Amino acid sequence: MPAAIDAEPGILDRHVAFIAALREAGLAVSVAESIDAAGAFGEVDLLHRESLRAAYAATVVKRQIHRAVFDALFDLYYPALSGDGIAAEQSSGAAEAANAPVPTSNKWDVNDPTRLRLRDDLADYLSTGDEPTGTAVARTAVAAFPVPSVTGTGRLNWSRQYVMERLSPQTLFAELIAALLDGASDATSEAIARATLDRRLERFVAMVENEVRRRVAERDGVERTAPNAKKSIDSIPLISATKKELEEIRREIQPLARRLAARLKQKQRRGSSGQLDMRHTIRESLSTGGVPVNVRYKPKRPRRMDLVVICDVSGSVAAFAHFTLLLVYALREQFTRVRTFAFVDEIDEVTGFFAPGGDPAEAVRLMGEKAKVTGVNGRTDYGVALTHFEDRWADALGRRTTLLILGDARTNYGRTEIPTLQAMVSRAHRAYWLNPEYNRMWDVGDSVAAKYAEVLPMVECRNLAQLAAFVRDLADD
Amino acid sequence: MFESPEAVSTRLAGVGYLVDAAAATTVFLAARLGRPLLIEGPAGVGKTELAKAVAQVTDAELIRLQCYEGLDEARALYEWNYKKQLLRIQSAGSDHDWEKTHDDIFTEEFLLARPLLTAIRRAEPTVLLIDEADKTDVEVEALLLEVLSEFQVTIPELGTIVASRRPFAVVTSNATRELSEALKRRCLYLYLDYPTSQREKEIVRSRVPEIDDALAEQLVTMVSALRGLDLKKSPSVAETIDWARTLLALGAGDLDPQVAADTLGVVLKHHSDHRKAVEALKLPAAR
Repeated sequence: MPAAIDAEPGILDRHVAFIAALREAGLAVSVAESIDAAGAFGEVDLLHRESLRAAYAATVVKRQIHRAVFDALFDLYYPALSGDGIAAEQSSGAAEAANAPVPTSNKWDVNDPTRLRLRDDLADYLSTGDEPTGTAVARTAVAAFPVPSVTGTGRLNWSRQYVMERLSPQTLFAELIAALLDGASDATSEAIARATLDRRLERFVAMVENEVRRRVAERDGVERTAPNAKKSIDSIPLISATKKELEEIRREIQPLARRLAARLKQKQRRGSSGQLDMRHTIRESLSTGGVPVNVRYKPKRPRRMDLVVICDVSGSVAAFAHFTLLLVYALREQFTRVRTFAFVDEIDEVTGFFAPGGDPAEAVRLMGEKAKVTGVNGRTDYGVALTHFEDRWADALGRRTTLLILGDARTNYGRTEIPTLQAMVSRAHRAYWLNPEYNRMWDVGDSVAAKYAEVLPMVECRNLAQLAAFVRDLADD
Repeated sequence: MFESPEAVSTRLAGVGYLVDAAAATTVFLAARLGRPLLIEGPAGVGKTELAKAVAQVTDAELIRLQCYEGLDEARALYEWNYKKQLLRIQSAGSDHDWEKTHDDIFTEEFLLARPLLTAIRRAEPTVLLIDEADKTDVEVEALLLEVLSEFQVTIPELGTIVASRRPFAVVTSNATRELSEALKRRCLYLYLDYPTSQREKEIVRSRVPEIDDALAEQLVTMVSALRGLDLKKSPSVAETIDWARTLLALGAGDLDPQVAADTLGVVLKHHSDHRKAVEALKLPAAR
């Protein structure tokens, strides 16, 4: 047992609790890795928090996708300070704010001196991007602006949204941009300055969020707060993700597609024991004195498939359709041809928007603007979508086609058109229905998932992990 | 190898490789605990360079195993020199009995050591770089397991060769596929991301000393704005340095929008990325 752990029994308990929380959050931390982390303690300065973080990160976080979860939990289990801590000493504003009673009304003054001072500090951070300044401002701001308690319990509460409203940093932008431009007046410099500020502001919001989480953890105890701290990106439900989460998920799509493609290519090559390649084998045998030790085979020609995707792009499931399309088009080399149809209560072919070499994200946006997918009432109508598809594009489905239908099977109590769907499925080589809802919710309300599931296999695709697994299996065979 | 994480930073900075505190701590831990270091990150952030820099500051020899699809034991570990063995058998004639010949031809003399075996047998300080491990097949990964966890190689005819001095092993990966859990478990993990603007500016200035401060500042601001754009391929650090050199060669003292538009090809190599950048940053048409 490393000396550092031996000396401080408290550290070991905390370590074990932290590892347990990581496992709870979905990181597969092995016992060996937990011991490694403890071993690393002995080598770094435990009082230096960032060293400790680096030691943990090196030993227990082996996938970058888990890093955000890890950071959030690390901040909870090894907080930088407790209460108002050092921040209070450093900034005079915080000291008085910390002693302020719990506010009881929602009214606040634009010219509140604390607010003005904090806005100045924030402007400082935004123009320099200096991390310690940012953290200090975030701490002070959260301490200064607890959420008013309307119930009168006197219990302190904090919220990111509330703090950001009070600071209203957007109103600082015009001035800051002028300062960053420093006399330059072209559009490019302005665009860059704006992008820089946006990025720093986003970072600041994350800091505030961390600080709020730390405060709440201190009030309620770490064990109660940790489970809600943060989810790994690939397990966030696609249909209920926030705008920010969607953004993060979108960034994950491209690397994911690349990994899937690499895996598929390797698999194709490995299973390539086709015909004997005589010429290659003889040539190879020359180096072993004419004895064909290594037998060579011709690579098998990969068999690719046609894919037809029919997706519901109505509000409730649009995000899911977008991600699936992004993933499918990122993997387009794996398919001979992909045709895409979108519908709400009218169906239209949108294949044209996904031109090769173009940007699928852009295509998804164009598709939303230009395709004719809404008809009379603008609510999902599977009946219309299916019959019109059969009327106009029946020839899209053939012997080699794989049909994918994306939607939540919520018909708004309209027609289901089961026979039409049956006809479509029987003509296609294979067919799947991807449903973004938790399968407990199937058949609740206006969902007719079970009826459609009798016609073709229905797959639950709630999050990125499930979606990736499905697409991988689909392209695999 | 190193006394403290700070020593790692200062010594690496001495050879022109600038690391942040977290990376320095991880390198320090890998050296201290004798663990292989797995580095992942986007292309062109200096993963391979880190291994080279460590080799340089520790006066170690860098032994590199470049991975690719189809890499096998014979190229990674060792191989018997078949032709030489054949010659040996033929030249011995018929008066030698089989037992003796057999003992003769499976000796050091006929062994061709490949990078992994070479690294393990060396008595001098060694940095073993296994580059782009994600490009190999799963079988090779299994092979790496024995080497990286025990630092030993088993050759059936000769027995097990154990490293007399553990090499500092660095495995890099572009994450085109997930490496196996088993391999990851044995390694310390470091994710090298794009550097902060400030650090990148320092890197540019140390690599291209002739560049003046204001231009370097403009350059890294522009690059970090480009990285924020969600491109197919974000500009790498190496490309930022190339851009700096290009600007110097052109004699541009200032990265104004026109110059940026004209030279954007140095950092963006996809047409769609190019278009996106011009649109988002409101660049003028290239001359």
